[in-house]
Amino acid sequence: MRFGDISQAIGNTPLVGLPRLSPDGYTLYLKLEGENPTGSVKDRVAKYLIEQAERYGQLQPGQRVLEPTSGNTGIGLAALCKVKGYPLTCVMPENTSEERTQLLTMFGVDIVFSPANEGSNGSVRLAQQFAADDPTVFMPFQYGNPANALAHYETTGPEIIADLPDVAAFVAGLGTGGSVTGVGKRLKAWNPHVRIFAAEPEYGDLVYGLRNLDEGYVPEVLDQEVLDSRIKVDSLKALTWTRRLAEEEGIFAGVSTGASLEVAARVCKRLPEGSDVVAMSPDGGWKYLSTGAYAPGNVEEIATSISGTLWA
Amino acid sequence: MPLVRIPTVLRKHTDGAAKVEADGATVGEVFDQLVARHPGLGDDLFADGQVRGFINVYVDDEDIRYVSGLDTPVEDDTEVAIMPAVAGGAELPSVGR
Repeated sequence: MRFGDISQAIGNTPLVGLPRLSPDGYTLYLKLEGENPTGSVKDRVAKYLIEQAERYGQLQPGQRVLEPTSGNTGIGLAALCKVKGYPLTCVMPENTSEERTQLLTMFGVDIVFSPANEGSNGSVRLAQQFAADDPTVFMPFQYGNPANALAHYETTGPEIIADLPDVAAFVAGLGTGGSVTGVGKRLKAWNPHVRIFAAEPEYGDLVYGLRNLDEGYVPEVLDQEVLDSRIKVDSLKALTWTRRLAEEEGIFAGVSTGASLEVAARVCKRLPEGSDVVAMSPDGGWKYLSTGAYAPGNVEEIATSISGTLWA
Repeated sequence: MPLVRIPTVLRKHTDGAAKVEADGATVGEVFDQLVARHPGLGDDLFADGQVRGFINVYVDDEDIRYVSGLDTPVEDDTEVAIMPAVAGGAELPSVGR
């Protein structure tokens, strides 16, 4: 495969069977999105957010891009904005890991910190305020931008159909809802019997503790109608599956991959025997090494220690 | 009896208890008994007879919206979890190391 530059090398990721982890009578496959240029599924989203805006004239040459994110979307946007010549500002909580700050800084991103105790909601609020105050910036806003799900409808979904036309079910984690919505709609258009499941991360009390129920958030990108069910997965189950994936299948993935695998294995018994189930692996494990998720030790203790971090 | 997990923000209504037992054959019945014992929960959980939009209710880890809503059956050993909706993303603050 040869490409003119990094922005063209996104997608066409491997779909890999998991013969050692599949429940008897079923085959699980993992879509390895960590194989994208900046190491996550968000490269697809970043490309669509930017290129749709270019296409519809929302983004002019050299215009500043502003997005609340310190995670995979920020890193994907950073690489893309660098090669396309857009300055980028990321608004992120001030307690974000040093690795991320260094990576974004290296890509030339301007970072604005929002208060740690407001979490990602604080970053969203601050970014929205900046965008309102300064009409010269363009905020793609992945939580509300249909280009997010469109990336999966036009690229991830067709790739799965091409590689595994008999796919019976698809599982992805629930973040912005872009993957389940985009892939889900595409697979159901191909075969209305395909089942779509969302794996929802369940954190410890530390994460939910300060949240007011009125400040909940259902991303506009998520189409709840496309889901056949939504199943929560706690840190211990997600971590256990993530570590088994490395130990038994030789695949080093981020913790949210384990959550989707737990759901994929659980829903097999709802499908006819012989069914093939695809789970999405949004990224590799590299960016999570410092959380201790892969360190030797008691998995239950490690799960407790990471349950206070947002691992998906 | 089914066990109901109460999120931190609602524990002011349950004397701080994180898990509360309540009887019933469906989630709706369990919630009725729960609210009868802890009246403060009613307004926080329901609006117009429905579970509020930013609250997710799970029976054995599955969102009841995709089962049978408040009519979802529960058994003696079922765990009913009430959780606030959390926005996704990929933030990873270094907490709990």
